[in-house]
Amino acid sequence: MDSATIAQQVRSFIVENYFLGQDYRFADGDSFLNHGIIDSTGVLELVAFLQDTYGITVDDEELTPENLDSINNVATYLLRKFERTAQADDPAVREGILRGNA
Amino acid sequence: MSAHTAISADILRVDPAPETERIVARIRDIVFNQLKRKGAVVAVSGGIDSSVVTFLCARALGKERILVLFLPETDSSSESLRLGRMVAESLDVRSVLEDISPVLRGARCYERRDESVRAVVPEYREGYKCKIVLPNLVDADRYAIYSVVVQTPEGETKKVRLSPAAYLGIVAATNFKQRARKMIEYYYADLLQYAVAGTPNRLEYDQGFFVKNGDGAADLKPIAHLYKSQVCQLAAYLGVPEEIQRRPPTTDTYSLEQSQEEFYFSMPLAKMDLCLYGKNNGIPAADLAPAVGLNEAQVTRVYNMIESRRKVTHYLHASPVLVEKVEGG
Repeated sequence: MDSATIAQQVRSFIVENYFLGQDYRFADGDSFLNHGIIDSTGVLELVAFLQDTYGITVDDEELTPENLDSINNVATYLLRKFERTAQADDPAVREGILRGNA
Repeated sequence: MSAHTAISADILRVDPAPETERIVARIRDIVFNQLKRKGAVVAVSGGIDSSVVTFLCARALGKERILVLFLPETDSSSESLRLGRMVAESLDVRSVLEDISPVLRGARCYERRDESVRAVVPEYREGYKCKIVLPNLVDADRYAIYSVVVQTPEGETKKVRLSPAAYLGIVAATNFKQRARKMIEYYYADLLQYAVAGTPNRLEYDQGFFVKNGDGAADLKPIAHLYKSQVCQLAAYLGVPEEIQRRPPTTDTYSLEQSQEEFYFSMPLAKMDLCLYGKNNGIPAADLAPAVGLNEAQVTRVYNMIESRRKVTHYLHASPVLVEKVEGG
């Protein structure tokens, strides 16, 4: 999955879930909080969406604006997360993790 | 060089005598002239805010025109009632005890709350205690996302991040408590033709730390303009019992003891007070930081949190919105 697809899916979720309407314009780099698009309960809903849609677990320490406060941040975070998960699924890498030198 | 150097905690110092007289005169005018009521009902929690409001109302209206209510429920600390009685006794005002637990059971408050807790902690059952807490929001850029802390009867604790449905379910259910209390307060207000005095301080009022149509509802809010530390100064001046003055602020809403700090403000109230003052008065974060004992980045984070809470809680302050202006409304 590429960044543009993720961006489009996250945008659709944000627009539909927070009643922004099709005419509401915001850029992929705009901060959700600064633009009043979503609050922290909204972030909780966004996290539930990401976990359900992409089959990932968002850890407590990952609940930061750096990862979740714009469409670009979410896309970057997800791609990084996919990469880490794929690496962990690779038998060679997994063995490395178990040996503590991954 | 900034105009705001050498800021100290003294910026929140008030002269209690004239401030008390000013508030007392306003209470008298509001209750008797504006609202045309004969006295005031105050629900007393045993905390400093409701104690100060009771002392101010008694001074303004006369002790015979005050009714103090104690409204505990199953999860309330017994300390709250003991300290509340101390307020009524020291002022020699009438008081009524109404346990609101049966009302809450009727509304399935506890049952609904526990169902929501079980959605994230399936083993949660009778005999367990719980509270919800926030992460530290001052030391790093984090979201105000709640976790539930449960304690087994054996004393083991477990903390789990809440799902959106569980979070909303717990909050919606526990909000019955503040709304049930307000219902009883208005029962007595109707019965006696009294006004209901609300007890928020400025921090709570500004940051939306109240339940809409619960503790947020009142006919007057006599200390909503005072920072928490100013309320404490008035408490000392008015002679509020020392034990109440020393009691750490608590929400007294969940079965596990929960400070206001871990539930909402994320930092000691004295520091939060100074940050709110700094924010309101345009004091740069760097100038305020030494007085608060934080660094510039931390104060900036608190300033942002204050702004963000104002946006989020705007709805709590809003009156019902009409389609168009209605004459006589």
